Amino acid sequence: MAEKTLKNIEEQFEMFQILNEEGKIVNKDALPDLSDEELQELMRRMVYTRIWDQRAISLNRQGRLGFYAPVAGQEASMLGSQFSLDKEDWILPGYRDIPQMVWHGMSLHQAFLFSRGHFKGGQMAEGLNLVMPQIIIGAQIIQTAGVALGLKRRGKDNVAITYTGDGGASQGDFYEGMNFAGAYKAPAIFVVQNNYFAISVPVEEQSAAKTIAQKAVAAGINGIQVDGMDVLAVYAATKEARKNALEGTPTLIETLTYRYGPHTMAGDDPTRYRTSELDSEWEKKDPIVRFRKYLESKKLWSEEEENKVVEKAKEEIKAAIKETDEVAPQKVTDLIGNMFEELPVNLQQQMDEYKEKESK
Amino acid sequence: MAQMTMIQAITDAMRTELKNDENVLVFGEDVGKNGGVFRATEGLQDEFGEERVFDTPLAESGIGGLSIGLGLTGFRPVMEIQFFGFVFETMDAVVGQMARMRYRSGGHYNMPVTIRSPFGGGVKTPELHADSLEGLIAQSPGVRVVIPSTPYDAKGLLISSIRNNDPVVFLEHMKLYRSFREEVPEEEYTIDLDKADVKREGKDVTLIAYGAMVHTSLKAAEELSEEGIEAEVIDLRTISPIDIETILESVKKTNRAVVVQEAQKMAGIAASVAAAITDEAILHLEAPVLRVTAPDTVFPFAAAEDVWLPNETDVKERVKAVINF
Repeated sequence: MAEKTLKNIEEQFEMFQILNEEGKIVNKDALPDLSDEELQELMRRMVYTRIWDQRAISLNRQGRLGFYAPVAGQEASMLGSQFSLDKEDWILPGYRDIPQMVWHGMSLHQAFLFSRGHFKGGQMAEGLNLVMPQIIIGAQIIQTAGVALGLKRRGKDNVAITYTGDGGASQGDFYEGMNFAGAYKAPAIFVVQNNYFAISVPVEEQSAAKTIAQKAVAAGINGIQVDGMDVLAVYAATKEARKNALEGTPTLIETLTYRYGPHTMAGDDPTRYRTSELDSEWEKKDPIVRFRKYLESKKLWSEEEENKVVEKAKEEIKAAIKETDEVAPQKVTDLIGNMFEELPVNLQQQMDEYKEKESK
Repeated sequence: MAQMTMIQAITDAMRTELKNDENVLVFGEDVGKNGGVFRATEGLQDEFGEERVFDTPLAESGIGGLSIGLGLTGFRPVMEIQFFGFVFETMDAVVGQMARMRYRSGGHYNMPVTIRSPFGGGVKTPELHADSLEGLIAQSPGVRVVIPSTPYDAKGLLISSIRNNDPVVFLEHMKLYRSFREEVPEEEYTIDLDKADVKREGKDVTLIAYGAMVHTSLKAAEELSEEGIEAEVIDLRTISPIDIETILESVKKTNRAVVVQEAQKMAGIAASVAAAITDEAILHLEAPVLRVTAPDTVFPFAAAEDVWLPNETDVKERVKAVINF
């Protein structure tokens, strides 16, 4: 009986796909209602982000960037989901989810400040509903339930969306976050970008569950497994999740994806835990390649168009790095000044000490 | 004015702020319909509704994360950790996340969260309920730790904590909840955070304490008075940051100090106070600064609490040691 129940549940979580590896529509009924301009914009964003990722890796190697977690391979998963959001929706990202923040309105310059470990990287512009990239795996997930409840209490037509990886789905906070949001019928969307490795530990060693999406069942919320290399499927799934969230049912979206690069640029060597066969298997599923094929078949994309995006990305990245280089270095007094609204006496004294040190 | 116990004063403070500011939300395990396991939120859900005063699922980390999310959307959460021994479950939310929010956002976001929790020994709770873990939080930058010792202070300090735009861990000693009543104004008032209070004046020795140990120290002071020793008793009220100025003023007068804490000795508040006194006033001292603390064991099972917790005799012994040094 119990065995049958589990099997029944697992069988229901089939991967949702619209666009296959050849760039052909395989699920016409689910095709989202996107204009030609919107489709082109999605492509532009993915191409731009791929170039940005390459530049970021190279800047990191030159010692000019700092902390960076590569994103190539995950563009559809990241950008397709963000594309379905309203400008005032909240994003609670993990440390790899910088592209969603940028396409939600944060400047590239600020993304680079975050990479460099400058406090101004977290200084969000007024009206931009973004939380700084979370470092503690899963901590953002329970905070998302809180933001979602806050939005509901304020009567807003907005949702809170959060991102984590397959490793994040092993954390207690993952379960608590889904459970709280479900219990409060809060407008939350939980995206798990399953790139199959939590740094080096494969997903099948992290859980006996066949899918991560099925974990939604225990929390009493919607769950869906999506082809994370298919930008249309990710977009459509998130759009539906957004609608359901506003009606009181949160959704867990598992996107099946792959990061081509290392976990971060801080010394991770993926050849220790992944084979080149696996890498090339995933490269065949590339989100940009398949979407390009699709758009070309609709006469919506050309080499010329792509080159324009590449050039624009390179120029803007160059300008953003220049702007970042011009930011004043941090002082200890900046740090002290950002601890409390009213400085306690110990920090007042330390502020005076450091002001004097820094004036020398 | 009304006669109130500390728990009544705490409820009154929350009622005052729920009335004053619609962004104040009170929540935690059993705080809604049940009114809290200590009845701290008694009647508040009836008065303010389920949207303002509500129960949470049983998950402390979740409660901490919920507070952060509500804080980000402009609310002023007053969350309860049912017993402070459960704080480990939500340490990341409190000291990893809330305490760093202002810095991480370059001052863009604040975290006006009040974390209320019963703590301290002497009421024979099951294990991992009563622990004196205030030092763990006090050691963490970015969060204040406030501990009242009287009903009057509890109301004024809790109102100030709720109005503060940074996280405050507000610890309520369980033994003091109903141990005595005193006059507490029905109208609203605040007491400054970060300020200690002289609870008894004296010229011969300064006793520095907080929470239930304020009363242990006051009792010891009364007994010492019969022997001709007049102890000044300072109630820290906020243990992070420590109001060193008030302490120094007293020590410069008495030239002797004993710091009393209920918690274990290692890396405690008393050590910080003793170090601050020697940093700033060593030439005023006639004797070393001594500490009264519990031993460095885990918090004991209920039946061993009475022999483990510091008491008036321990305080008197240390006072005599500094007097006769």
